[in-house]
Amino acid sequence: MHWNSLNDFFAMGGYGLYVWGSFGACALGMLIEPLLLRARRRAIVARVPAKELME
Amino acid sequence: MNAPLINWYKFSSPATFYPLAGKLIPWFAAATILLAAVGLWISFFVAPTDAQQGEGYRIIFVHVAASWMSMFIYCVMAFWSAMCLSFNTRLSGMMASALAPTGAMFAFLSLLTGSLWGKPMWGAWWVWDARLTSQLILFFLYLGFMALQSAIDDPRRADKAGAILSLVGVINVPIIYFSVQWWNTLHQGASVSMTKSPSMAQTMLWGMLIMALAFWAYSITMALLRVRCIILEREMTNEWVKKNALE
Amino acid sequence: MSAFFVPFKQSVQRDLLLAARHKTELITALFFFVIVVNLLPLGVGPDPELLRKIAPGILWIGALLATLLGLQRMFAPDHADGTLEQMALSPQSFTVLVAGKITAHWLVAGVPVVLMAPLLGLQFDLSARSLWVLTLSFLLGRPVLSLIGSVGAALTLGVRGGGVLLSLLILPLYIPALIFGAGAVEADLAGLSIEGHMSLLAALAVLSAFFGPWVTTFALRIALE
Repeated sequence: MHWNSLNDFFAMGGYGLYVWGSFGACALGMLIEPLLLRARRRAIVARVPAKELME
Repeated sequence: MNAPLINWYKFSSPATFYPLAGKLIPWFAAATILLAAVGLWISFFVAPTDAQQGEGYRIIFVHVAASWMSMFIYCVMAFWSAMCLSFNTRLSGMMASALAPTGAMFAFLSLLTGSLWGKPMWGAWWVWDARLTSQLILFFLYLGFMALQSAIDDPRRADKAGAILSLVGVINVPIIYFSVQWWNTLHQGASVSMTKSPSMAQTMLWGMLIMALAFWAYSITMALLRVRCIILEREMTNEWVKKNALE
Repeated sequence: MSAFFVPFKQSVQRDLLLAARHKTELITALFFFVIVVNLLPLGVGPDPELLRKIAPGILWIGALLATLLGLQRMFAPDHADGTLEQMALSPQSFTVLVAGKITAHWLVAGVPVVLMAPLLGLQFDLSARSLWVLTLSFLLGRPVLSLIGSVGAALTLGVRGGGVLLSLLILPLYIPALIFGAGAVEADLAGLSIEGHMSLLAALAVLSAFFGPWVTTFALRIALE
């Protein structure tokens, strides 16, 4: 560990915006994707009883 | 549990693969979280400060992982495309379609993190070096695949058309990369290059590897989740869906 | 051998005859090329030094876009009236017939562009030698555009949003041809040897001539299923 303080950690030696921007974007993407898939699955499951009624 | 290990063909049917995928997802999700935790710990607390690039180089841990995955996923997509055309199995085509969005996302993240790395290091948000440019073209190839599949209504035709496109693409990727590199070296004006990465300390290599593995486990999880959705959407009228869909 | 040449020739002749009945279509595509190329100087300014430098790129990109515009014509009309299906079912090799169609398309849409290119090159004050290099690069490279484009046309046959989708699919695949083709002329402008570029362009031409018709036919069968 070589961070003197929490502030140093966030600042990333001046590159904070870029480093946290990058890690943040990746985290965001890897969070949104499973959420979208969960929504997709729910939409399908909701349609199944309706289809059954049709048949 | 012996049957799955011996008879792989059983799982080429969507109906039998669906529950298998369901069982695998939690394991790969757990692997993702574990590997990501270790990878992040190495990225921020073990890997030392770089002599030239300071703390800014740490972007490499996600940039390289994203790039590798975007390329690897395209190859896997092409593999399933080849399976789809050779053996005409429905599941192969579904697998290729399931992989594309994740691959596209990683291609995009590779470009984004590449820009965020390039700006402080080399002063520009974008450089026309061979790797970034090829990554951009790969992103276009992913988009093309997804656009073609969404434009074709018949799922079987969409599978096969997409398969041809991804195979043509995978063969072209080395040609495109070579031509872009040729183009780049001949027009050598800027001396900036994404290939000038910091000299690798052992810990840096480990960090990159673990993060790449984390992204890999993540990709598998997403592909399994998505292929289950695709199976449900296509097989909706079959009996087994009504029995299993709520599980 | 005649199993190849006779149906091939018939396919080419048929398409040429059909094209002759719609001459305006072809002339409009050619003039699209002219207009696009002339548009760029209006966008970047009349400085002759700059224009000479970017001329190879402009001409090649104009050719790419003009090609894309005309690609749908390769299979869509025949698909619409059922002729394509008949070709697929005929005892003659579908691949040979498709190769004929691609060749006819190149003759009709490609050759005029190749001939127009040096004229447009004059507008950019390219030297006589550069114009020769330009024409040669077009001669080698334009068939590649038809061959790779035919795969895209087959994949998007009858598909929603066909034209724009086709462009999105094919443009990344055109990049090597663009780099080697425009690069050859740029090399000549810089006084360097064009051998490397031309050999690579020729290699592309051979590869695409070999695999193009086969992949296109495969894609057409899928579209016709």
